[in-house]
Amino acid sequence: MDNLLVAENIVKKYGDYTALNNVSLTVPKGSIFGLLGPNGAGKTSFIRIINQITMPDSGLVTFDGKPLEQNHVKDIGYLPEERGLYKSMKVGEQALYLAQLKGLSKAEAKERLKYWFDRLEIGDWWNKKVQELSKGMAQKIQFVVTVLHQPKLLIFDEPFSGFDPINANLIKDEILKLRDDGATVIFSTHRMESVEELCDHIALIDKSNKILDGKLLDIKRQFKSNTFEVGVSTTNEHELRTMLENKFTTSPASFKSIHDDVKMKVQINGSNSPNELFSFLANYGQVNHFTEVIPTASDIFIQSIQNN
Amino acid sequence: MNHLPLITKREYLNKVKNKSFIIMTFVSPLIMIGLGLLIGFLTNLNKNKERIIDVVDESGFAKEIFSDTTSTTKYRILNNIDLTQARVDVEEKEHYGLLYIPKVDSVSQLEKSVKFYSKDTPSLSLIASLESKIEKRLTNINYKNKGIDIEKIEDAKVSVEINQESYTGEKTSKFSGGLKLVFGMVSGYLLFMFIIIYGNMIMRSIIEEKTSRIIEVIISSVKPMQLMLGKIFGTSLAGITQFVIWVLVLGVLTTILTVVFNVDISAMQGSQQEMIQETMKNGDMNDMIAMGLYELDKLPIINLIVMFLLFFIGGFLLYSSLYAAIGAAVDNETDTQQFMMPIMVPLILAVYVGGFTVLEDPHGTVAQVFSFIPFTSPVVMLMRIPFGVPIWQQILSVVMLFATFIGTVWFAAKIYRVGILMYGKKPSYKEIYKWLKY
Repeated sequence: MDNLLVAENIVKKYGDYTALNNVSLTVPKGSIFGLLGPNGAGKTSFIRIINQITMPDSGLVTFDGKPLEQNHVKDIGYLPEERGLYKSMKVGEQALYLAQLKGLSKAEAKERLKYWFDRLEIGDWWNKKVQELSKGMAQKIQFVVTVLHQPKLLIFDEPFSGFDPINANLIKDEILKLRDDGATVIFSTHRMESVEELCDHIALIDKSNKILDGKLLDIKRQFKSNTFEVGVSTTNEHELRTMLENKFTTSPASFKSIHDDVKMKVQINGSNSPNELFSFLANYGQVNHFTEVIPTASDIFIQSIQNN
Repeated sequence: MNHLPLITKREYLNKVKNKSFIIMTFVSPLIMIGLGLLIGFLTNLNKNKERIIDVVDESGFAKEIFSDTTSTTKYRILNNIDLTQARVDVEEKEHYGLLYIPKVDSVSQLEKSVKFYSKDTPSLSLIASLESKIEKRLTNINYKNKGIDIEKIEDAKVSVEINQESYTGEKTSKFSGGLKLVFGMVSGYLLFMFIIIYGNMIMRSIIEEKTSRIIEVIISSVKPMQLMLGKIFGTSLAGITQFVIWVLVLGVLTTILTVVFNVDISAMQGSQQEMIQETMKNGDMNDMIAMGLYELDKLPIINLIVMFLLFFIGGFLLYSSLYAAIGAAVDNETDTQQFMMPIMVPLILAVYVGGFTVLEDPHGTVAQVFSFIPFTSPVVMLMRIPFGVPIWQQILSVVMLFATFIGTVWFAAKIYRVGILMYGKKPSYKEIYKWLKY
């Protein structure tokens, strides 16, 4: 079984409004799966269906080879975007309560909480009330509670919001470690640089439809524009520019260089190969810089949404 | 997984350990007793204040009836003074008022010509008492004038007390009627208060879950229905705990006050007490207590207790599920107002029907109908039962109540399920109706 979660033709309507229109997704085991899309695209609706908070109108969700059922709740850890804790309850009591709701026994929950609290160096918060904690501190507790029952599937919706860079890194490393320990992660965010850093698979939902999904690398290949950033030291700058503009599509480029280079972005068309471009450039002088422009997650996101 | 006990326990402990809850639990009885004492004190203060009323009696008919000086209202007969002078005099001395009885030829002329002058509007009871005093006196004079012997009239008066008995041979009296009334009223009002206090508490605790945004975390672990029921049960238990403590503390305090300070608490209580006292005016106290115990013994105690519990639980659960639905639908307490109406109207209606109609005729059509409608039946039926309601009617009403409870829980759960995940804007009735179909 390679896929932990398979959703087939999910349809969810709220009255006349269709939140999810025939969405099918496959989340491979052990992956960090980026669930992307603009605000209101249907991401949260999808996540709520996986968590069985709402039921789909039609379609089938399979979890670890079996149709999704109530018992799977204990195999899923969910950190929603709209999250909080009981303000007047003590941190320890609250964590114990939430862990027990996920099916852990009290003793087991206590032991694991102690491990995590020590690990994140928050042991002395146990008897504090949540209202005495800062937002970032409360977020840490929520993270612990989400992962405590060692679920097979972790769902993080904007996990880094409210964290300072140091703690965001800490949480990022914990997520990677959880993945290495065998968990599968669904990761929903608008921060494309963290998608770049963490995700190996992504899916893009826009206006209730899935418009893109697959391995991040494959998608990047799909979106490559055959554009190269080049830097050439030449004595004949004017001729180089004119000739390039005649032969290829060019645009200005800027990158760091220790040479006094002519810097250009050059897009080659189907009939040319990168080698041809390279030899062409070499005729005019020393090629110091020759890099393929790889589309970023952000580029892919914006381009796909605009084309949709 | 059944998390209901866990949720109920958390809800209960969270409520009971809350500081303001603890303070309310122990301070409220003190405040109630204090208020009672204060009201009693104020009432007595008012009573003890001496009122002087000057009387100018030109007719000479009424002089002797104002000789009584034992009460706090004192009369001063002014002789040989004319009205104008008397008015100035009384005003100067700041007396309560001036009663003027003009000189007349015959008694009947006095019917409309007696006057009372005062600075402020006099109290109704004073005027009534003056009227009855003068009426009695003038009537007696009239009797005499017409040659009727007053003593014979007094002799001829008959006082009738009807002994009531039902077809099944159950004997009742006005006194036991009063007892039943008190029992019905107390249980009906108790339920009414309980619903309002703890229904609101449930609503607030659901709003709190929404505003603290913990709801989505919890709801990914448990079914909304379980969460809702857990909240209702937990809060109800906390409410019962508080109520029991209130009754105990009140009982203990009352006993202490009565024994130690020799304060008569019952003297401070309201009109219902007076009604009973009214009915038992004749006969001495010991007889009354014996009769009270006897009547109490004759009330269908087991029936009353069982039905009280059933209607209390059913009625509270019915309304609390509606409170839960409202809590789920809104974002903050100020938005709850427009949705409170549908809850408060039947509840207040129940208390009014119970208070007036049942009191007037416990088995009349109106009382009967309202004791079957599930939204009013808990209060109205509780008030009716002490007067004897056929057991089949009681059972039918309970069954209908619980059936409706299941219906409202289903309805509330639908709203709850959708509402708890809706943030930001206040929903309209139309939107809530749509949620039912999601």
